[in-house]
Amino acid sequence: MTADAPLKPPALELRGIDKRFGSVHANRAISFAVAAGSVHGLIGENGAGKSTLMNIVYGFHRPDAGVILVNGREVEIHSPQDAISAGIGMVHQHFMLVENFTVLENVLLGVEGGPLLARGLARARMELQKIGRDYGLEVPLDALVGTLPVGLQQRVEILKALHRGAGILILDEPTAVLTPQETDQFFRMLGRLRDQGRTVLLVTHKLREIMAITDRVTVMRQGAVVAEVVTASTSPRELAEKMVGRAVLLQVKKGELRAGPALLSVRNLSVRDSAGALRVKHMSFEVRAGEIVAIAGVAGNGQSELLEVLAGMGVSTSGEIFMGGFDLVATAADPRRRRELGLAHVPEDRLRVGVVPGFSAQANLILGYQDRAAFNRGGLMNDGAILADCERKMAAYDVRPPLPGLRLSAFSGGNQQKLVIAREVDCEPQVLLVGQPTRGVDIGAIEFIHHRLVALRDAGKAILLISVELDEILGLADRILVMAGGEITGELSRAEATEEKIGLLMAGVRGEGRA
Amino acid sequence: METYTVIVLLLAATIRVATPLLLAALAGMFSERAGIIDLGLEGKMLGAAFAAASVSAVSGSAWLGLGVGVLTAIALSLLLGFACVTHRGNQVVAAVAVNIVVGGLGPTLALAWFSLGGQTPQLDAAGQRFTALIWPWALSAREVPLPGLLYAELLSGHNLVVYLAAVLVPAAAWVLYRTRFGLRLRAVGENPQAVDTAGISVTALRYQAMIISGGLCGVAGTYLSIAASSGFVRDMTAGKGYLALAALIFGKWRPYPTLGACLLFAFTDALAVRLQGVPLPIVGVIPVQFILALPYVLTVLLLAGFVGRAIAPRAIGVPYTKER
Amino acid sequence: MSAIKQLPRWADIFLLPLVGLAAALLLSAGIIALLGESPWQAVKLMIDGALGSQEGIGYSLFYATNFIFTGLAVAVAFHAGLFNIGGEGQAYIGGLGTGLVCLWFSHWPFWVVLPLAVLASAGFGAAWAFLPGLLQAKRGSHIVITTIMFNFIASALMTYLLVNVLVKPGQQSPETREFAQGLWMPFAHEMLGRFGINFTATPLNLAFVLALGAAIFVWIFIWHTRWGYALRVVGQSPAAAVYAGMSPSRITVMAMLLSGALAGGLGLNELMGSQHRILIDFPGGAGFVGIAVALMGRNHPFGILLAAGLFGALYQGGSQLTFDMPRINRDMVVVIQGLVILSCGALENMFRVPLTALLGRPVRAEKEKL
Repeated sequence: MTADAPLKPPALELRGIDKRFGSVHANRAISFAVAAGSVHGLIGENGAGKSTLMNIVYGFHRPDAGVILVNGREVEIHSPQDAISAGIGMVHQHFMLVENFTVLENVLLGVEGGPLLARGLARARMELQKIGRDYGLEVPLDALVGTLPVGLQQRVEILKALHRGAGILILDEPTAVLTPQETDQFFRMLGRLRDQGRTVLLVTHKLREIMAITDRVTVMRQGAVVAEVVTASTSPRELAEKMVGRAVLLQVKKGELRAGPALLSVRNLSVRDSAGALRVKHMSFEVRAGEIVAIAGVAGNGQSELLEVLAGMGVSTSGEIFMGGFDLVATAADPRRRRELGLAHVPEDRLRVGVVPGFSAQANLILGYQDRAAFNRGGLMNDGAILADCERKMAAYDVRPPLPGLRLSAFSGGNQQKLVIAREVDCEPQVLLVGQPTRGVDIGAIEFIHHRLVALRDAGKAILLISVELDEILGLADRILVMAGGEITGELSRAEATEEKIGLLMAGVRGEGRA
Repeated sequence: METYTVIVLLLAATIRVATPLLLAALAGMFSERAGIIDLGLEGKMLGAAFAAASVSAVSGSAWLGLGVGVLTAIALSLLLGFACVTHRGNQVVAAVAVNIVVGGLGPTLALAWFSLGGQTPQLDAAGQRFTALIWPWALSAREVPLPGLLYAELLSGHNLVVYLAAVLVPAAAWVLYRTRFGLRLRAVGENPQAVDTAGISVTALRYQAMIISGGLCGVAGTYLSIAASSGFVRDMTAGKGYLALAALIFGKWRPYPTLGACLLFAFTDALAVRLQGVPLPIVGVIPVQFILALPYVLTVLLLAGFVGRAIAPRAIGVPYTKER
Repeated sequence: MSAIKQLPRWADIFLLPLVGLAAALLLSAGIIALLGESPWQAVKLMIDGALGSQEGIGYSLFYATNFIFTGLAVAVAFHAGLFNIGGEGQAYIGGLGTGLVCLWFSHWPFWVVLPLAVLASAGFGAAWAFLPGLLQAKRGSHIVITTIMFNFIASALMTYLLVNVLVKPGQQSPETREFAQGLWMPFAHEMLGRFGINFTATPLNLAFVLALGAAIFVWIFIWHTRWGYALRVVGQSPAAAVYAGMSPSRITVMAMLLSGALAGGLGLNELMGSQHRILIDFPGGAGFVGIAVALMGRNHPFGILLAAGLFGALYQGGSQLTFDMPRINRDMVVVIQGLVILSCGALENMFRVPLTALLGRPVRAEKEKL
């Protein structure tokens, strides 16, 4: 088999795939090939166009131009059905499972093998047991999927694809929901799949995974393929450079660190989610006046929960949060009271949480501050003052177009975020919580937003920054806390922090214990 | 009358009241399991009741009436599908609209066609109605105290549609749990994206569900106008569609519990009729309205989670969009 | 999907409902033609019946008064993201409040009883909306289903009260005794007469002015107070509401209370203004017309006034039809009303998509959505 491998056509080949959404050029003439029986990596930052490309391959979107070849033959993929019959299986980042179905029923859905279920169920059961043994993918077949942990749910997704006879398996950010241990197990399983002749396309933005498991890697940036290399011949540093592009490495000018007293103190804080799982475990840290403390970590390691609880949107299970002298847990439980004390919050999920997309810019600029005396006159809202406030902020924060009455959803991502920053920074908070401040924001706006954050720090306020972008963290932070599995795995001063050190801590490898 | 006679007659009345409820609730089970809130049961039933009575009056054939009644309800169901599935309109608004249109259109057409003030003519001729089927020896069995009475009143003496409804419960359960279609139907109401990524058309599934729902509503409506009574009158469903929906919720969207809920609701109705003005020991006369309101109160309590918990199909009420 | 376009605001607010209305009316004309009558003749008769005389106008506005109340009720709940289809039951119970006040305070002067009656109608209506609102907020019970159930419970309760408790002794039909004449809402023809203006006697009464007041109140409340702001935020994005420090569950209950209170206003017009007693099923479907009115009126008080006027005219014109066209009865109006809900509500996207293609302006694509 290895002898004739070079003669075999690639399992999957893309030629000149091009796709636009309105004014956004999501995929620009993308071409690359995935060799049969290999694990191929597709890497790029969030927003580089990977998901769009995979949705095209799986038939959710139609490309504007370009062709897809499977095993050397051109195929027309108009729907997931076409993709499945071409032998392509996909494991989506958000699982496509029916939670109140059993594992067996989930696998059977769409490939029932006849109008009646009984025979298909029996056959699928036998086949799944065999696949389970062959690949180490055992799952309790009669358990309801909703009751399984995410790691097992992911296995169900893979079983689904294998049961459909997928020769090519596309995995979209598969490890985002896995613990490091589960990830290692998962990689071993991918290795077995490759050894048995299946082809795997791993889509991710994590360098460590690419280095650990892939044979070749394709790098995407801003909708285009910028490099294709053999994994063994490259290094994480080289890949990172290609992925981010030199130009994007941001340098922000900051004044000397003149940290004052602690404005935000968190002691032994724990947070349980609605399912009862402990998402934040006994965290303690403080943020002092005049410094930016960043929390780095792989998405889903408890940062979001931490931010929500600090902002008053969630409830902590135990622990203390102090701001100045105020016990926030006891005296200011909800976001409104915390705002009154001077705690502002730029949420991670801007469109869902931070703004009301259907409202005007002007109405969005009072969100959270609607009860302030400045915006009210007697029982009525002071529309004149609200408008004037909006016009002033739009000018000060360079929001374009400067139209207070324009619906928020009509602004670009960068300008939406500028509006949120204007709202949360302009009220001169003592403490600012910032989540993913530049997600989905163009480069010009990123620079502007970073300058504003630094200006607030230089004015002696405390900022807690949560970001999955290491560049952002290295560019802004004075101190870096790394979170993994709901815990602080290490603390680094800006001077000692490097991408490698942070990466190790993010993977859960404990630092020298300064936390 | 002896106590057991009263009880047997009460149960027989329960069966008759339960039949249209059950048919409509099963109809709703298919559409709601597919993810569409089916407030349109009321309108679909009413439309079928009118169509069946009209056709039977003109043609003299109950069977033709049934056929046209079913087709009418299916057409209305497809209209709902067109609004909610194809155009992703609000399901509640669409259903309210259809219910109101049918509520007005029935009497309007009846007036124009029959000039009887919004009713259809009385169906007296043989073959215009589905009448009670008397089983062998039922009349003589009535004389035998309990078993005979049970045979004569509970088993025998109902019209064809009642027996059909009884058979439809296991049939619906079989379709839902034992067939490919049922599996997909249950999946599409829970997670349409999972169905879509499995290469199955969400739209086609939902339309199929709407057709089945229409067909069953058609039988239910036909029952009302040409089996249980002899002609169509204005607003003759009188909220039975909503009551059926309540029974469906009460039955947690499962066939057999839904059957139980329909029987319970029908029993309260039959009981209310029987207890009208009859003083009971201890409590005295119970107002009929309290008994009639009982199903609605129970459903509210259930929805509030005070008596069990009704968990609706997860994707219900949400139009499916492919865009991601 | 290749170009993201949005309908201009003016088209969204005015053109879309008008296109929907036109489609509904065209369909209705088709039905009338099918019935063997001339649609053109029918339109002329209806317009003449509704607007051609003082009597017609009076009746049209009388009906419109009911629809303003129920339309506002639907709209307020809608802004909070709630579909209140319990307007019928809330109006029924609200009317009970009006009636009880009028029956209890028979000998009190009108101007003292009026505020009490307004409070009672609003209070009773709000009370009937309270539980569905609370159950939605605290237990997640689907408000559409609970409000329907409450319609039926209201109906049973009112039947019981009218048959067994409130019925005028020695009377067959389940109605209360007549309210004292001093407590009747002043009729429009009386009030205008005082200023020397002659107006035909119609049931149009002071409640119409109260309805206009309610519309203005809703407009100010929803768009110009912080409570209205919070209500709209909750309706559009509960997550953003939590972020802003609002309590979605409290606002849900508040919105339902207000909605029920508005629906309760119907009793002021129908009972205190016209029937002068409590009787079975006096809302007569106005709660459901409110849905059509709110949809047509784009959930805006001024749009609701226009739409209520339209439906009032439709009702009055419809009864005119019944006199002159023997093959058509008032049910035709119900059909038209249903068709309006269908085309302005459920099938809105059917018209929106082609209109957007025709008139739409491209909107900046949002990067994070890809």
